[in-house]
Amino acid sequence: MNSLLRWQRPGLGAWTGFGQLTDLRDEIDRLFESPLAALTRSSQLLSGWTPAIDLHEDKDNVYVKAELPGMKKEDIDVSLHEGMLSISGERKVENKVKDSQIYRAERFFGRFQRTVSLPSPVAIDRVKAQYTDGILTITLPKTEEAKPKQIDVNIS
Amino acid sequence: MKLMAQNEGRTVPEQKKQTEFAVPEVNIFETKDGYVLEAEMPGVNKSGLEVTLEGTELTLVGHRPPTMPPGNAVFRESSSASFRRVFDLDPAIDTSKISAKMEQGILTLTLPKSEEVKPRRITVD
Repeated sequence: MNSLLRWQRPGLGAWTGFGQLTDLRDEIDRLFESPLAALTRSSQLLSGWTPAIDLHEDKDNVYVKAELPGMKKEDIDVSLHEGMLSISGERKVENKVKDSQIYRAERFFGRFQRTVSLPSPVAIDRVKAQYTDGILTITLPKTEEAKPKQIDVNIS
Repeated sequence: MKLMAQNEGRTVPEQKKQTEFAVPEVNIFETKDGYVLEAEMPGVNKSGLEVTLEGTELTLVGHRPPTMPPGNAVFRESSSASFRRVFDLDPAIDTSKISAKMEQGILTLTLPKSEEVKPRRITVD
């Protein structure tokens, strides 16, 4: 059960090769601009890419949104097991640029996996997923028993 | 002089933070013919993209609709801020030949170097 917390690449990782000095004040500003979740880093520094995930729910569904830009649908795997949703896959390095020299490399490539625990039981056979503009959206309908019900209580 | 990346707001004299922007991560490759820049902007599509060039300064802005999934948030790690990053281009780039492509949240810019700058052989009579 790895990476329940998101590891975010430290904002101070600007590549200072080629003698370019980065403005320290700008770097500190950037550090404070990043969302609070980014500051709670998991200790697994070698876990690599952990895409950002949002989890929402209403009375009918659980919604999971993951930011996975630059992937192909077939390279993303979504699975559900005992109330835990796993999103994993591999972002392949396509060396479409021949004979090139890497000048700056900030984007992560390689395998990733995030596992989140769902707040409610869901009907596995009715789960829908969609991948548009680099965002994976998964809609998981809650099982009938899990939906909140109105119970009238008679007070005598 | 190469393609230099600068933090947003550094080369622009006006108020640095009118709205909060997120900084897209980029990969930059260089070949003898030019540069290729890939910027990650999940949630942005062609209609939300603004790429502007002023002299040698290239500004990338990616607006994304702040639509959230319905219901209440159990937890949120993504930011709904739009993306912005400014670059100072290598003067060797032929700015009239810059092309852009947007696919699954990745903007790929191809910036060819102008012909005179490319290495070429000079024949000796």
